[in-house]
Amino acid sequence: MRFLFKTDYEDDIRLFPHSGYYVSYGLLLAVLLIAPYVLSSYLMSQLVFVCIYATVGVALLILTGFTGQASLGHAAFLAIGAYTAAYLQKYGVPFPVYFLAAGLLTGLIGALVGFPALRLQGIYLVIATISFAFIVEEILARWESVTNGNEGMRIKAVSLFGVAVSRDGPTFYFLCLAVLVLTIVGTLNLLRSPTGRAFVAIRDSETAARSMGVNVALYKVKSFAISAAITGFAGVLFAHKLSFISPEMFTLQLSIEFIIVILIGGTFSLHGAVLGAIFIVMIDPFLTYLKDDMPGIIAGIAATFGAGTQAAANVQSKVAAFASLNGLKGAIYGIIIVLFVLFEPLGLYGRWLKIKLFFQLFPLYKRATFKRQKIYVKSERNR
Amino acid sequence: MLDFVQQLVSGVALGCVYGLIALGFVLVYKATEVVNFAQGDLMMLGGFFAFTFIGMMGLNYWVGFAGAVAAMALFGMLAERVVVRPILGYPQFSIIMATIGLGYFLRSVSGMIWGTDDFKIDTPFSQGVLRIGSLVLAHDKLSVIAATVILCALLWLFFNKTMLGTAMRASSENMLAAYYMGIPVKRVVSIVWAISAAVATCAGVLLAPITFIHSNVGLVLGLKAFPAAVLGGFGSIPGAVVGGVLIGVIESMAGFYLAEGWKDVAPYVVLLAVLLLKPEGLFGLHVRKKV
Repeated sequence: MRFLFKTDYEDDIRLFPHSGYYVSYGLLLAVLLIAPYVLSSYLMSQLVFVCIYATVGVALLILTGFTGQASLGHAAFLAIGAYTAAYLQKYGVPFPVYFLAAGLLTGLIGALVGFPALRLQGIYLVIATISFAFIVEEILARWESVTNGNEGMRIKAVSLFGVAVSRDGPTFYFLCLAVLVLTIVGTLNLLRSPTGRAFVAIRDSETAARSMGVNVALYKVKSFAISAAITGFAGVLFAHKLSFISPEMFTLQLSIEFIIVILIGGTFSLHGAVLGAIFIVMIDPFLTYLKDDMPGIIAGIAATFGAGTQAAANVQSKVAAFASLNGLKGAIYGIIIVLFVLFEPLGLYGRWLKIKLFFQLFPLYKRATFKRQKIYVKSERNR
Repeated sequence: MLDFVQQLVSGVALGCVYGLIALGFVLVYKATEVVNFAQGDLMMLGGFFAFTFIGMMGLNYWVGFAGAVAAMALFGMLAERVVVRPILGYPQFSIIMATIGLGYFLRSVSGMIWGTDDFKIDTPFSQGVLRIGSLVLAHDKLSVIAATVILCALLWLFFNKTMLGTAMRASSENMLAAYYMGIPVKRVVSIVWAISAAVATCAGVLLAPITFIHSNVGLVLGLKAFPAAVLGGFGSIPGAVVGGVLIGVIESMAGFYLAEGWKDVAPYVVLLAVLLLKPEGLFGLHVRKKV
C-alpha cells in the first residue's frame, strides 16, 4: 500500500494526491469521450441524463452534504433554470447568455430562500424547502403570460456559434459532460478554499463554527446561492434535453429523486453524486430489461431444474404478470431507499472505499473501521 | 354570511383530518424526534384496511373500523421494528429518508393490491344532514370533527396523566437518560408507532366518505398536514389539531374568496410565514441551547 507523506497544507489539498489519479481519471475521461461513438442512442440519452443528475447531485452535495442544510426543494431550482432558458430563448437570446442568466437568476432566488432558512434547522428546513417548491410549482402553473401555464413550453435545440446542436447528438452530450466536469472541478476548488472549510465547519457544529469566527449566516446564504445556481445551470440542460417543459415535471417526486441521488451515492464525497446519478438514471433501463427478459430467464431456470414445459410456461406468465404490475417501480424505489439507509449509509462510494480498503489492508481489514457511531442526541428542541 | 359559515364548517372538518394526520406526526416526533414522512401513507393504508373489512368482507362498520385500527397498530409496530429501530440514534436526515422510502413502498404496494381506483366506504353517517335554520351540515363532516376532539382529548390525557405517556415524553427529551431511568425506550417507541398508526387509521376511515380512498391520498393529505403540525408547534398535541383546523379553514376560505390557485398554495404560504415569524409554532416550546 502507498503512504502519502505530506509536509505542508498544500500537499493535503492537492486535487490529484498521487500519479495514480492521473491514470485512472485519464482513462475515465477517454472512455467518456469515445462513449458517444460506441453506445446506442438510447444509452447515450441516458448518459446525458446522468450528467444532468450528477450536476444537480453536486449542487445538492454542497448544500446538504457539506453545509448540512437539507433541501427537498431542488426541483424548484431546476424548474427556475429551465423556465428562464425557455423564456429567454423565445426572445432570441443566444445560448451562452441565457445559460449564464438562468444560473444567475436561480442563484439569486437561492440566496433569497437562504435568508429565511437561516432561522430554520433540521426538519423545519426540510418542510420550508418543500413549501417553497410547492409555491414555485403553483406559480409556474398560474403565471401563464410567462410560463404558458399547464400547457408547458417548447424549447428549441441549443444553437452554439450559429449551429443548431441536436439534443440527441454527441455535441450535446459533450456540452453536458463539460458542464458536469467544470462543476465538479469548481466545487472541489470551492471546498478546499476558506469558503468550503467554513461550510464543513457549519455542518459539523454551528456553535463551534460561530465561536471560531465563521459568519454562519453569510456562509449559509452563500451555500444556498451556489447550490441553486448550479442547479439552475443543470435546469437549462434539462430543458434542452427534454425539449418540452411543464410544471408537473418539477414536483416533489423529482426533489426526492435528487436526494436519493446523493443518499445512494454517498453524501460525504463528490464521487457520490456521480455514482448516485448513474444508479438513479440507469435503474429505469434496468427495470425495463427485467420486465422484458426476466420471465424468460426464470422460466429457463425452472426448466433446467426439471420443471415440465407446461409448468415453465406457467411460471413465465406469472412472473411476467408480476413484472408488469403498475406500481412495481415505486415499490422497488422505496425498498432501495430503505435498504441504503439501513445497510449502506455511506452510499455506493462508501462501499467502494470499503472494498478498496479491504484489499489494501488485506488480512487486517476490520468492519468496525466504518461503523457509524450512534448518538442518542438530546432533544433537538433544546438545540 | 351563510356561505361563510358553510365554508367555515367544511374547512374545520377538512382541518380536523389534517389535524389527525398531524397528530400522528406529533406523536412520533414527541417520542422519538423522528418525523414520519410516511404518516399520510399509513392513513391511506388504514383506509384500505377498513375498506377491505367493511366494503369487501361486509363486516359491520364499527367492527371493521376496530379491526382496521388494530391491524394498523400492529403494522405500525412492524414498520417501526423493520425501518426505524435499526437507525434510531443516527442523524435525523437518514430517518426522514427511510420513512420517505417506506411511504413510496406503501403507496406502490397498495396500488398493486387494491388498484388505482377511488374507493368509498359506506358509513352510518354518509347520508344524514343536520339542519340548523338554513345551515346544512353533513353528518360525515360532523363525525370527523367529533372524533378529532375525542381523540385529541384522549391522547392529551394519555400523554400527561399516565405513566406510559410520561415515559414517552421522557424518552423524547433524552433517550439515553430515559434508558438509564429504567424506561424500556425501544418498547416505548414501538408503542408510539402503534398509536400513531392507529390514529392515522381513524383519520383514513373518517376521511373515506369525504375524499374517498385511493393510493395517493396519503401523499396529498400528508403534505398538507405538515403545515398543520408546524403551525401548531411540532410536538404539541392540541397544537396539531388547532394547526390542522386553521390550515383547513384557511384552505377552504382561500378556495372560496381568493382567485383560483390560492387554495393549494395558501397553506404553504402560511407555513412559510409561520416559520419565518415564529418558528416554534403556536404552542411550541423554544429553548435556546446553553453552552
